[in-house]
Amino acid sequence: MPRITVREAISQALWEEMERDPNVFILGEEVGVWGGSYAVTKGFYDHFGPDRVKDTPISEAAIVGAAIGAALTGLRPVAELMTINFAFSAFEHIVNQAAKMHYMFAGQMKVPLVIRTVSGGGRQLAATHSQTPDVIFAHFPGLKVVAPGTAEDAKGLLKSAIRSEDPVLFIESATLYQSRGEVGEGENLVPIGISKIQRTGNDVTLITYSKMLETTLKAADSLAQEGIEAEVIDLRTLRPLDMGPVLESFKKTNRAVVVEEGWRSYGVGAEVAARIYEEAFDYVDAPIGRVAQKEVPLPYNRTLEQLALPQVEDVIKAVKEVL
Amino acid sequence: MAEIVTMPKLGFDMAEGTLVRWVINEGENVTKGAVLAEIETDKATVEVESTHEGVLLRHLVQQGTAVPVNDPIAVVGVAGEEVDVDTLVGQKSSAGQPEAAPPPAEPAKPAEAAPQKPAQEPTAAPQVEEAPVSGEPPIASPLARSMASELGIDMRSVRGTGPGGRITKKDIEAFQQKAPEITRVEPPSAAPTPALAPTQAFVRETRNVPLPKLRAAIGRRMAESMQQAPHFYVTHEYDVGRLMELRQEINALLDEDDRLSVNDFIVKAVALTLLEFPNLNASLDLKKASVVYHGEINVGVAVAVENGLLTVVNRNTDQKALRQISAELKITVKRAREGKVRPEDIEGSTFTVSNMGMYDVDQFTAIINPPEAAILAVGSAMQTPVVVEGEIKVGLRMKATLSVDHRVSDGTEGARFMQALAKYIEAPMRLLI
Repeated sequence: MPRITVREAISQALWEEMERDPNVFILGEEVGVWGGSYAVTKGFYDHFGPDRVKDTPISEAAIVGAAIGAALTGLRPVAELMTINFAFSAFEHIVNQAAKMHYMFAGQMKVPLVIRTVSGGGRQLAATHSQTPDVIFAHFPGLKVVAPGTAEDAKGLLKSAIRSEDPVLFIESATLYQSRGEVGEGENLVPIGISKIQRTGNDVTLITYSKMLETTLKAADSLAQEGIEAEVIDLRTLRPLDMGPVLESFKKTNRAVVVEEGWRSYGVGAEVAARIYEEAFDYVDAPIGRVAQKEVPLPYNRTLEQLALPQVEDVIKAVKEVL
Repeated sequence: MAEIVTMPKLGFDMAEGTLVRWVINEGENVTKGAVLAEIETDKATVEVESTHEGVLLRHLVQQGTAVPVNDPIAVVGVAGEEVDVDTLVGQKSSAGQPEAAPPPAEPAKPAEAAPQKPAQEPTAAPQVEEAPVSGEPPIASPLARSMASELGIDMRSVRGTGPGGRITKKDIEAFQQKAPEITRVEPPSAAPTPALAPTQAFVRETRNVPLPKLRAAIGRRMAESMQQAPHFYVTHEYDVGRLMELRQEINALLDEDDRLSVNDFIVKAVALTLLEFPNLNASLDLKKASVVYHGEINVGVAVAVENGLLTVVNRNTDQKALRQISAELKITVKRAREGKVRPEDIEGSTFTVSNMGMYDVDQFTAIINPPEAAILAVGSAMQTPVVVEGEIKVGLRMKATLSVDHRVSDGTEGARFMQALAKYIEAPMRLLI
């Protein structure tokens, strides 16, 4: 199987879906002539033309609002927001309109919309452009929130998102675009809402997603050298959250650490740990550990930024604390 | 990276603990959960476990030092690691620097490194009755609990090796390996046992169970009292016929919940008698070679609890009505039995009454509850033949034995106390006026 980057995987998914379905189109800032802020849509404008690859004004509310309107008419828009930090400007449209229309109008309308955006820190973009507020969006019923951690899942999940009848927030990680992985040729759809075991082990269950999958797998390799075998589970989707593999693994290991890039308070770790306590209480042998970003606006200074973000060593330390 | 180990808070009212003994020496390896040191709180002696793994790089306090809760006591890190103790300690300790933390540049000056406090005088040791109530269920993970209940294992016999002594899956498995057979005893079958079946005798497991903390504390304190305080005993038999009649008469007027016990009468009688005997409402202060005559008469009542006993205290008993004493004792005794005792319930008694009257006890002797000077051991009220004006009649008698510390008082004083006590017990109307 060819090893391609996450960027190429996303690009392939978009390209293939646009080839397959003429209703699919892209809109966003600099997605057309420029080829996308992260070069995901390079060459799309020339191939698909300005009607299907639309550059927009610098207004996230306008981008998402227009995309919702298009989706209501039966098109399948893929809106790109340069970063998830800018999604706050379109928050009303995302959580109050896109997420609720199908429900509030008794199913008469559907909003088959994909919003692609980029989350995470680590590239010295300072506090307002480096956040990982994924859980804020995952809070809202009516919205699917997908955040792949591998090239294979990025491609397969994006294709499923485009074919979904519901609005999907598709969260990419800026520091993962260059990460390579094996991606099968042809149609490999990955269903939304299914967690995946990325590494097997019997000693501790590590639950994570997106960029932190890479960090967690490195930690697991390092722990293995000390004889600690961690099972690593990639959530892949924050809403709907698939706890099945997590609970199954936890019943085997009785110990868990949740690793996320965002802040700890009210985070993915809080949700996953609470569900384990609720659904597997009698299997709990130690408090569930949480690794997350330090609770400060992310510093610009490179050293401080790295200190504030969860690192491989933080995961190793947290695992040893629960063992 | 090196980590600081701090003085743990082992009870809700614990302010400091005395590091009695280092179990792990500097330079030795430590695993998580290993016992680092023994610490004496004003409740009991407990073991401090390491929350980190590595090498014990440095003791920050000497044996015998009293250390405030949360202050650093040791550094655990990697072998050969250079440690800047001041920086580390600065991170951890918000309240005051430990006096014993030596500057990192001068490691080899043990004599001057810290103003070593002398080991505590044994007599200044805490009171037994303040020991934590260990009837509480052990700390265990939910998994360990469900495993234990499935396997029929009594959690109290399992030693926890997790953080803070938590029993985890590992501990249950270890316990099972040690005692695989005892845990499941098949119920006897309904079929009649064949006669003379040459079966093997069922061998009950011999078990070595660590002493519960309260038990250990009581043992230490009682041994100390017996060894250091020369006890003498005075036994007196009281006519409790009138007391029993009076009690019956009063209780007939009271709701069931408010009824007075025999012990309530005795507690009040003791308090009034102590007014005349300040020497027995006293404590010996060995350090100052002096006797402390207490301004308050606070009668302690020994209460049996799971794994030991506690003494609940009734304050200013001499100034209280019988009914109030009774009501107060009901509350504190209940709290003690339920393991919810408060510090003020068990602190500050000046004389103790231990009553085993409910167990058909003729008489017994009690060990003085240090630093008190005396304790009264009360037996059961029993019907017995007595000679009244040359005739044998049925009387109601109760024996009590006073144990007195001979360093504070002498036999005649003990005897006079017992005699004076009769004034109240045999004419109990005095307790009401």
